[in-house]
Amino acid sequence: MAVAFDEMNVAGGDLRPAYRELARWLKETPPEALEYRRQEAELLFRRIGITFAVYGDSESTERLIPFDVIPRIMSGKEWALLEKGLKQRVRALNMFLRDIYHGRDILRAEIVPGDLIFQNPVFRPEMNGQQVPHDVYVHIAGIDIVRVDAEDFIVLEDNARTPSGVSYMLENREIMMRLFPDLFARHKVAPVERYPDELLAALRSVAPLSASSEPTVALLTPGVYNSAYYEHSFLADKLGIELVEGRDLIVKNNEVFMRTTEGLKRVDVIYRRVDDDFLDPLTFRPDSVLGVPGLMSAYAAGNITLANAVGTGIADDKAIYSYMPDIVKFYLGEEPILKNVPTWRCREPKDLAYVLDNLSELVVKEVHGSGGYGMLIGPAATKATIEAFRDKLKREPEGFIAQPTLALSTCPTCTASGLAPRHVDLRPFVLTGSKSTTIVPGGLTRVALKEGSLVVNSSQGGGTKDTWILDE
Amino acid sequence: MLSRTAENLYWLARYVERAEYLARTIDATLRVTALPAAYIGKTNEWDSALLTAGVAASFYQAYEEANEHNVVEYLSFSQNNPSSIRNCIEAARLNSRSVRTALTSEMWDTINSAWIELQAVWSKGTSTREDLAKFLRFVQETSLRFDGSAYRTMLRNDAYWFSRMGVHLERADNTARILDVKYHVLLPEEEHVGGPLDFYQWSSILRSVSALTAYHWVYRETLKPWLIADLLILNDTLPRSLASCYGNLVRNLDQIGVAYGRQGPAQRHARGIRNRLEHSNMNDIFQHGVHEFIQEFITDNSRLGEIITKQYLI
Repeated sequence: MAVAFDEMNVAGGDLRPAYRELARWLKETPPEALEYRRQEAELLFRRIGITFAVYGDSESTERLIPFDVIPRIMSGKEWALLEKGLKQRVRALNMFLRDIYHGRDILRAEIVPGDLIFQNPVFRPEMNGQQVPHDVYVHIAGIDIVRVDAEDFIVLEDNARTPSGVSYMLENREIMMRLFPDLFARHKVAPVERYPDELLAALRSVAPLSASSEPTVALLTPGVYNSAYYEHSFLADKLGIELVEGRDLIVKNNEVFMRTTEGLKRVDVIYRRVDDDFLDPLTFRPDSVLGVPGLMSAYAAGNITLANAVGTGIADDKAIYSYMPDIVKFYLGEEPILKNVPTWRCREPKDLAYVLDNLSELVVKEVHGSGGYGMLIGPAATKATIEAFRDKLKREPEGFIAQPTLALSTCPTCTASGLAPRHVDLRPFVLTGSKSTTIVPGGLTRVALKEGSLVVNSSQGGGTKDTWILDE
Repeated sequence: MLSRTAENLYWLARYVERAEYLARTIDATLRVTALPAAYIGKTNEWDSALLTAGVAASFYQAYEEANEHNVVEYLSFSQNNPSSIRNCIEAARLNSRSVRTALTSEMWDTINSAWIELQAVWSKGTSTREDLAKFLRFVQETSLRFDGSAYRTMLRNDAYWFSRMGVHLERADNTARILDVKYHVLLPEEEHVGGPLDFYQWSSILRSVSALTAYHWVYRETLKPWLIADLLILNDTLPRSLASCYGNLVRNLDQIGVAYGRQGPAQRHARGIRNRLEHSNMNDIFQHGVHEFIQEFITDNSRLGEIITKQYLI
């Protein structure tokens, strides 16, 4: 594997300009002071209760995501390019979804194979021909971005269902501003605090026609035991909307109401953080107690907007991912600004043969997996693991894709032995309303804290950093 | 507001209030049992602590004897006792988490910090009397801090009123229970009336509801059973008296009624109880029987809880 691109220090030792001031500051700051503030940050996280749950972990049901106090910095110029690319990508995702559930031009043009859609468990036939307000399907997208050099941004994954992490973007900034006011004074960091306002505006803009001029928005959570519950309550609070569970909602005459102390109150837009499968036991999983019976018929009647729409999984599926450059070109007639990771589709015999021959160098992912589970990182895996994976691949090739092991860029990070480079990725959050697409400058930077590790997922030892876009 | 949110706020307040009351009860019992036997007679104070907490039956399924060790364990730390201090704190934290958006950050911080702090107590326990005393004090302080945060930081809207209703309903229940268990020591026809034995029993009652000093300020008299009963039942200047709790409950329910533009059975029922308290005097109550009076009150009070639940919380 090639030496990773470090975002602070160019190979050879030169500082990249965005990090100049930070480097100066780090030189002036004794390591103890840094350590002291690191501990203070941890205490703040615990007191505020910014925790997440790890499923299947009985020892501690609430854990902190480690927070690294060294910010990740990008120049305004870099961000401008990334922003343009993200807007392009999300526009294409929305057009693709509209097309898949209506005319299916892209299938007729044979850009994407139909069986990849129709045999995909995340494809929702219930959505065929269903109008969604303003044709917006993905109101909130979290696009995972990695870098391997100073020029390009590469999309690792599109998250078009219920992407999480935005609360960390906002809280990390709050805590950094509290702990390092001096550092902020020396930089011009673009603010992120408008995110809740922009989210609320986007959600209100897509209210159904039958809503009043002051639509009621609510956030639907699976409940306190969900791993992202903190984020749900945080966002509901910042947006000033009710945080509802399935049992708080009831459908009557195809309208959705919440049970309040003053009786039933109509809800127009649901920012749902519950997966499709659990939304409505009458349509999807009948054993779901998290959902609302009848929600889908209210949806079909056009009386409620769900954000994101039902069935968006078909756009962020890992099997579809490899077609994204073509999808962008097909709908927008533009060259994609953001690159894709070269991807071998194991469903195609030629690709499978290559993958099987090169397992020790590739990353193999389950098409329907997430959270970094069920994946093989060839260079880091033992022989036995690779062989076990080979069998899985042969048995069910269509369930996997493979990608080269990317040398993800690194950023300086606090470690037990002082500052050291660690691999990072970035999840910016893209909001789409009826009129516009907006992105607050920044996102959630995740960092693999273990030396050499490429897995940034919080469930597997990843941490987070504050992400600074300099406003030059 | 969401019914579930109102319900959580109401129960959150009840759990915190209950935890404090339990801590006070244990504290008062420790004091009285530390006295030489001649001062407290033959009653088992730990047994009556269980009775006032309303958990005697379940306790005896798990333990043989009501002694200090067992009762402190059961009331403070047991995970099998649904209303142990530990379970109250755990439930309060869980409720807080599910209604975080309705809590001010000060209230959340109080519950969450206490919960974090107490994890160490749960795992290590309290090995010495000193540890135990510290723990009991901490629980009481947490409740005070929670109450104070609510009072000083919450918007005066339905969220606040539901939360206050939880406090007063729980408080009324607690005061009534302690009176019910100890009513026999308040009865003037007991043969040893006025002896040292009664004095310590009476002061123990007052201590559990933090009214010992208040008694002296209100009556400027030595401890007399009917005055103690008067203080705890009818004197609406004492925050833990039944009369005061009902003054507050009626006020909170009225505020909700005005805000929602609608009165209901909860308002009527609460007003009924308050009127009865307002028109009673201690003579009548002793004539009628303290025990019967309190029993009736406890039933009426829990009935109000049911009515509030039906009218607003589900």
